[in-house]
Amino acid sequence: MGAIRIAASMQDVHCVLHAPQGDSYADLLFTMIARSAKRPPVTYTSFQARDMGADTAELVRKTLRETVDRFQPQALLVGEACTGELLQDQPAALAQGMGFDCPVVPLELPAFTRKEQWGASETFHQLVRTLLRGQPPRARDPAAEGRRPRANLLGATALGFRCRDDIAEVTKLLDGAGVDVNLSAPAGASPEDLRRIPEADFNICLYPEIAQSTCAWLERMFKQPWVKTVPIGVGATRDFLREVGEVAGIDTSAAIAAGRTRLPWFSRSVDSTYLTGKRVFIFGDASHVIAAARIATEELGFEVVGLGSYSREFARELRTAAERYGVEALISDDYLEVESAVLELAPELVLGTQMERHIAKRAGIPCAVISSPVHVQDFPARYAPQMGFEGANVIFDTWVHPLMMGLEEHLITMFREDEEFHDEAVASHLGSGRVSSSSAETAARPAATAEPTMSADDMGAEAALVWESEAERELKKIPFFVRGKARRNTERFAAERGVARITVETLYDAKAYFGR
Amino acid sequence: MSGASDIASCGGSLPVQREHGQRQVFCGLAGIVWLHRKIQDAFFLVVGSRTCAHLLQSAAGVMIFAEPRFGTAILGDRDLAGLADCNEELDRVVTELLARRPDIGTLFLVASCPSEVIKLDLDNAAARLAREQQGRVRVLAYSGSGLDTTFTQGEDTCLSALVPELPEADAGGEALLVLGTLPDVVEDQFRRLFEALGIPALHFLPPRRGSELPPVGPGTRLLAAQPFVGGTAAALVDRGATLLEAPYPFGIEGTRAWLGAAAAAFGIAAARVDEVTAPAVARAERGLERYRAQLAGKRISFLPDSQLEIPLARFLQHECGMTLVEVGVPYLDRRMMGAELDWLPSDVRLTEGQDLERQLDRLRADRPDLTVCGLGLANPLEAEGLTTKWSIELVFSPVHGFDQAADLAELFVRPLNRRERLAF
Repeated sequence: MGAIRIAASMQDVHCVLHAPQGDSYADLLFTMIARSAKRPPVTYTSFQARDMGADTAELVRKTLRETVDRFQPQALLVGEACTGELLQDQPAALAQGMGFDCPVVPLELPAFTRKEQWGASETFHQLVRTLLRGQPPRARDPAAEGRRPRANLLGATALGFRCRDDIAEVTKLLDGAGVDVNLSAPAGASPEDLRRIPEADFNICLYPEIAQSTCAWLERMFKQPWVKTVPIGVGATRDFLREVGEVAGIDTSAAIAAGRTRLPWFSRSVDSTYLTGKRVFIFGDASHVIAAARIATEELGFEVVGLGSYSREFARELRTAAERYGVEALISDDYLEVESAVLELAPELVLGTQMERHIAKRAGIPCAVISSPVHVQDFPARYAPQMGFEGANVIFDTWVHPLMMGLEEHLITMFREDEEFHDEAVASHLGSGRVSSSSAETAARPAATAEPTMSADDMGAEAALVWESEAERELKKIPFFVRGKARRNTERFAAERGVARITVETLYDAKAYFGR
Repeated sequence: MSGASDIASCGGSLPVQREHGQRQVFCGLAGIVWLHRKIQDAFFLVVGSRTCAHLLQSAAGVMIFAEPRFGTAILGDRDLAGLADCNEELDRVVTELLARRPDIGTLFLVASCPSEVIKLDLDNAAARLAREQQGRVRVLAYSGSGLDTTFTQGEDTCLSALVPELPEADAGGEALLVLGTLPDVVEDQFRRLFEALGIPALHFLPPRRGSELPPVGPGTRLLAAQPFVGGTAAALVDRGATLLEAPYPFGIEGTRAWLGAAAAAFGIAAARVDEVTAPAVARAERGLERYRAQLAGKRISFLPDSQLEIPLARFLQHECGMTLVEVGVPYLDRRMMGAELDWLPSDVRLTEGQDLERQLDRLRADRPDLTVCGLGLANPLEAEGLTTKWSIELVFSPVHGFDQAADLAELFVRPLNRRERLAF
């Protein structure tokens, strides 16, 4: 899958995979989710049970020959899907022995142990190595050559989050700082373009999950330094420009000062007061999560209550980031584990992938998508980068929109029983549906405590808790969108103190204890 | 092997062109998407790779369920090294799953490409796990692997695994068994019609609950509602059932003939069938009329995908006046398609199997008004200016029977209609 992402991102590259029928489902992720007008350049051998008795290696050779004849690629990626791997036909070795004119890049991706992002990273790295083989490092000096410094933008791929617009935004940003873009890869590049990588003065590692190993290799082999800051968020974008300045040997302070973004002012405006301390849970690929945690805390005034990622290769970076926010990083690709973390933490906002969007939706928690994997709606028609100053604007809107607006939060107390604002009304921006009286409240609570009668999973001290009816009535006076938290806090407060019956007094004691 | 094709004669009548090569089709695991909705107390555990899990989660578009009744036991490197470890790991996963989900009455272990290649014996594993559960849970195994099954064929292998579990029908008990998953709403419509016809006893396979398996025996008359259940039909015939030859209940003619075949098997007069079906037929005629005008004379090609291609092509040609350019099927099961093939025009280009690039070359040369294809191809073909209908919708939507005949036609009208509306 990772290899297909690289092939589909590029021009004039074709990928042949030794894979059974059914594996071609991968095509539809590109054609449907990313609305790609082209089929990804992948040919599958589509072997079946009856082929396995015969010569599957011959099937591989035939597929290779026909593919090269038909598509005439500048580079051929050859590998195996998980089952193909088990047949041990070694399609890459077969391809290398067939005397094709184009370079053959063998893909050795152990599908059973590693995952998609690693596969994409490794494929890109192998492709770059193959194409640059034999090229000597060269001396570069933009000032002496009378030109602006040149950079490669590395890491953007098909199915990556907002890559199309990020590349445009970062290109603009660099232009403002006096840096030209030599090329962007893998997205949009051909093998011919990749051969020009050494012409740049330095590399910019925009998506470390895909490009970090390639950047490190280019630094070793071609003495190209690389920019490591991912410019997502206002602070990170400024840091990015500073780092570009250092690496390129130019002064970028004017570009930093000229950066137009509304995020800082919007965040300081009084309407945003209600954002203060909003509890947020963040999950996605490592770079987007680390960037999001910084924006959430430094630029929006949220509190990060949990963060995590499926990017095992970046576990160390994630743990370091998590420590900064006093939480523990959840490194997992089991969405059930992520779901239970969300339910347990009961955040007020979830920033995640498509999976977390579903989890949050079920739990009735507002959510914004910040990372792949994503669904078709996250390939928007409009310009919506995440990177650079414009990206910060987009992020402010996208993250704040799912939350209740500041004014709305005020009014809701005032007009609690009104048609639009009563307990059972859904926030206006969340659609016109009505929820049952309890679901808005229960949704924000851990599933296990959703019912007054506790489930077996929850046979702890809390199981014995009883709400007096007067306390129950008092709880109803609290606006519904914070009621779940009030109930939870009160129960926790009571449980910790061994209080079995929750009275109005307990409710207010807990309120005083937890503050806010 | 790849790219080869040959002409074979089918049952002495329609010639079929066989193709081998790259295929653009789901594997049988995709069947889990509708089977788990149909059999409400069943869990489907795929024993496979990350790719299998990925297919189920993303391509099938079913990520919306928190803890759905399907999952993947992922084979890792360690499992590939030793089958003993692999079995141990599977036992652990199953035991945990069943402890967590007391609502599960039937557990299907679903074989995948990697489990087949490493020769992991899931039948044995199922028997072992069933013993451990001491009858509390039925554990069965079937293959959804792309090595053996394409797309809807996964239902056939699943239902075949159920056949040995079916209770023996009482001697002399005559009953109609309708085979193949139908949406509940359609099943209920058919149930009402069969009851009105006076069919003595009626069962459906799969049942809505795994605990309600229908009986089978020499008195069983078997009527297939889906064309992809040939293996199950054969297994039921081995258990004494008689397979009724009929077209499939798509469109008015197909449904009429399908009900008629069942009625005839129980000695019910054709006049009675006309009488019972008359109101539904009249309704369907009215509904279909509107779409006929929009489909008549339009040229259509089917790429091989769901096995529904032949009956749908027959409906669109016979009842809607469309012209068939090419009808591709993943595989041709002559026994299950006999009545349908008789209704196809003799000059239709019928292809079996797939060699994707060549098929697309033909398609580009043909430029039909409408192409029925899988999701992976639809947008790229639209970008080439061809109008497409995604075949998967034909599998998931209620399209059988009189009251869905117009809905079925509408599915083909909509893309044409959209093309006409848009200014660009």
